[in-house]
Amino acid sequence: MAAIPVSYIARNLMTRKLTTALTAGGMALVVYVFATVLMLAEGLRETLMATGQPDNVVVIRRGSQTEVQSGIDRASASIVETLPDIAAGEDGGKLLSKEPVVLINLPRRETGAPSNVVIRGVTPQGLTLRPQVKIVEGRMFRPGTSEIIAGRAIAQGFRGTALGETLRFAQRDWTIVGVFDAGRTAFNSEIWGDGEQLVQAFRRNGFSVLVFRLTDPERFEAVKSEIEGDQRLTLEAKRETQFYADQSEALAKFISYLGTTISVIFSIGAIIGAMITMYASVASRTGEIGTLRALGFSRAAILVAFLGEALLLGLVGGVVGLFAASFMQMVPISTTNFQTFSEIAFTFALTPFIVIASLAFALLMGFVGGFLPAARAARMKIVDALRAA
Amino acid sequence: MFVSYLILRNAFRHKLRTTLTMIGIIVAIVAFGLLRTIVDAWYAGAEASSSARLITRNAISLVFPLPINYAQKIRQIEGVTAVSWMNWFGGIYITESNFFPQFAIDGPTYLDMYPEFRLADAERKAFLVDRKGCVAGRKIAEKFGWKLGDQIPIRGTIFPGTWTFTLRAIYEGADAKVDETQFFFHWGFLNESVKARFPRRADGVGLYVVQIRDPGQAAEVSQRIDASFKNSLAETLTETEKAFQLGFVAMTETILAAIQTVSFVIILIIMAVMANTMTMTARERYSEYATMKAIGFSGGFVTLLIFGESVGIALAGGIAGIALTHPIADWFGEQMGTLFPVFVISHQTIAMQVGAAIVIGVVAALIPAWRAARVRIVDGLRAVA
Repeated sequence: MAAIPVSYIARNLMTRKLTTALTAGGMALVVYVFATVLMLAEGLRETLMATGQPDNVVVIRRGSQTEVQSGIDRASASIVETLPDIAAGEDGGKLLSKEPVVLINLPRRETGAPSNVVIRGVTPQGLTLRPQVKIVEGRMFRPGTSEIIAGRAIAQGFRGTALGETLRFAQRDWTIVGVFDAGRTAFNSEIWGDGEQLVQAFRRNGFSVLVFRLTDPERFEAVKSEIEGDQRLTLEAKRETQFYADQSEALAKFISYLGTTISVIFSIGAIIGAMITMYASVASRTGEIGTLRALGFSRAAILVAFLGEALLLGLVGGVVGLFAASFMQMVPISTTNFQTFSEIAFTFALTPFIVIASLAFALLMGFVGGFLPAARAARMKIVDALRAA
Repeated sequence: MFVSYLILRNAFRHKLRTTLTMIGIIVAIVAFGLLRTIVDAWYAGAEASSSARLITRNAISLVFPLPINYAQKIRQIEGVTAVSWMNWFGGIYITESNFFPQFAIDGPTYLDMYPEFRLADAERKAFLVDRKGCVAGRKIAEKFGWKLGDQIPIRGTIFPGTWTFTLRAIYEGADAKVDETQFFFHWGFLNESVKARFPRRADGVGLYVVQIRDPGQAAEVSQRIDASFKNSLAETLTETEKAFQLGFVAMTETILAAIQTVSFVIILIIMAVMANTMTMTARERYSEYATMKAIGFSGGFVTLLIFGESVGIALAGGIAGIALTHPIADWFGEQMGTLFPVFVISHQTIAMQVGAAIVIGVVAALIPAWRAARVRIVDGLRAVA
C-alpha cells in the first residue's frame, strides 16, 4: 500500500503561511508556558537537592519541620556531640556544627519590598561540612567579631548586603566583609556569621540546628534511631539531602500542579485552533482528496496524511515554544518559600525529560486537534469528493 | 439593520468553525477570569484590612517575639485607643495538608477590635470563660465537621506537644471578603503552658494590634510607638495593617507576577486562533468582497463586515465565558478550601474579561480587514479560496 509522501504534507502547510503561523504560534505559547513551569519546579528542586550532602545529618527539634522553628538547648547538643559515629576533622575535633538560624527582614534592592532572609551562625566545622561554599569577594569573617558574609544571591538582591556595607539588627552594626558563592544551592540565599556571636546578639541560649558528618553514610539509620530513641532528647535526624528536598516539596508541587492545570486548560484553545485549521484544510482540498483516492491511495493513507499534517503543525509549535522557553534559563528567580518562610533564589532548569515531555505535549495537541478532521477526510466517498470540487 | 443581519448570517455560514472558535474564546475568558481571581485572592488579606488598625512587631523579623509588658506602654501612647496581641501558633491538625492558620489571641480585646468576625453572643461568652476554648471560622468548621463542644487536637511545631482545645464558637465573616478559615484560642492558656515548660520563652507576643483614633494619624502614631522602644532589647516596627499584609504578598510577588503574565498568554493564544478563523473566512470570501465593491459598496463597508463578524463572535464567546466563570470559580474555591480563604470574582475582573473579548475580536480582524479592503476588484473576482 502506497503512502502519501511527507513532502506533500509539509508543502500543504507552506501554502497557507499565515494560517500555519497563527495555529503553530498558539501551540508554541502553550508549550512555552508548559515548559517554563516544569523548568521552574525542576530548578527549585535541583537547588535544594544540591544543598544537601549525602553523608551529612541534620538534627532539629522533633516536629519543628524547619530550622527556624527548631530550638536545641546546649545540653541536648552536647549529648548528640558524644555520638561515636560523627566523623573527625583534620584537626581531630568532631565534624559537628551547632548553628543558630534566624530570619531577618531585609528590603529588596530594587523594589524595597521587605522579605525574610536566613541568617545562620556557623563554626569552622560548619564550613568544612559545606565544601560547596567559596568566598568570591572579600574575605571570611573573623570569629568573635560582628563581621558577616553574604551569599551571592543576597548580596545582589538586597539592600545593605554588598561587600563593605553594614546591616543593623539586634542592637549591633554588622559589616559585610565577604561575599560567598555556594553554587546553585539554598546557601546562596543566606547570610552567615559567627555562631556564638549571633546566639548572644539574639539573646538565645541554644541553637536551632545541629549538622554533622557520618564516618560511614551506611550507619545513618542506626544513628537516627539512637538520637530519636534517646529519652533525654526531643530531636529528630534527617539526611541533609532529604531535609532540603522536603523543604522544597510544597512549593515545587504547588508550581507544577498550578502550571500543569493552566497548560491543560490553555491547550484546549490551541487544540481548537488546530482543529479549525485542519477542518478548513480538508474542506478546501475535497477535490484533491477525491483525486488521491481515485489514484489508488487508501483511506488509511489519507488519514495518515492529514494526521501527519496536524502532528507536523504541533511539532513546529513545540519546537518554537521550547526554543523560547530555553532562554528562561538565563533568568534568575527569587521568592519566598512558604514552607520555610524565607527567601530562596534559583534558576529555571531545562532537563531532557522536560524537552521530551514538552514535545510530546505539543504532538498530543496536534493529534487531538487533527484526528476528527483527518477522519472526515478519510471517510469521504470518491464520487462525492470529486463532484464537490 | 441590514448590516447586522448580513454580519449575523455571515457568522453562521461555517457553523462548526464558528462554534469551535466560540468554545475557544469561552475557555480563554474563563481561564483568564480564574487566574485574575487567584491573584485577587492573594491580596484578599490586604483588602480586608482596616485603616484604623496598626500592627507592631519585632523590628528584626516576625520570628522574634516582643515582651508582653509593651502592651501597657503602647496603650499610653497618644492616639492609641486599644491594644490587643496575638501569637502565630503554626500547628498541624492531623496531617500537614489540613492547613489553616491558628492564632493565640487575647480574647476580649481582639474580638472587639475585629468586628468583621461575627460571633453569636452566647458563643462568644462561652469562649471567653473557657480557658481551653477556641473559635473556628465557618469554612474550616464545615470542612472538618466540627460542632460546638468538640475536642480539637493540634500538634505544635513552634510550641511542641499536642494541644487540645474545646470548640466554643464558630464565627462568620461580615461579608464575603472576610477570611473564614482562621482558628483562635486564648493567649493566656498558651502562655501558662509555655511558662511551665520553657520559662525563657514565656511572656512573648508575636505581634500587637493597635487601634488608633484617627486613621489619618497612622504614620505619626507608628513613629511614636517605634520611637518609644528605640534602643531597647526588642525594637519595634509599626505599620498599618494593610502595609503589613502587603508585605506578605510582596514576598511571593515573583509567583504572582508569573500568574499575571500567564493570564495574558491565554488571551494571546486565543487571539491567534481567532485571527486564524477570520483570515480563513476572509480568504474564502475575496470574490464576494470584490463583487460587493463592483456593485458600489465601499472598502470601508467590507471592513465593517469583517470587524463586525469578528467582534460579534468574540463578544458572544466572552459573555458566555463570563457567565460560566461564576459557577466554575465557586467550584474551584470549594476545592482549594483553605488555600484561598477568600475567592470572589471582582467587578474589575469582569470588566477586564469584556475588554479582553473586544480586543481579541478587533485584533483578529485587523489583517483580514486590511487585506479585504485593499483587494482589487479584478484580483478578487479571480481569487480561488
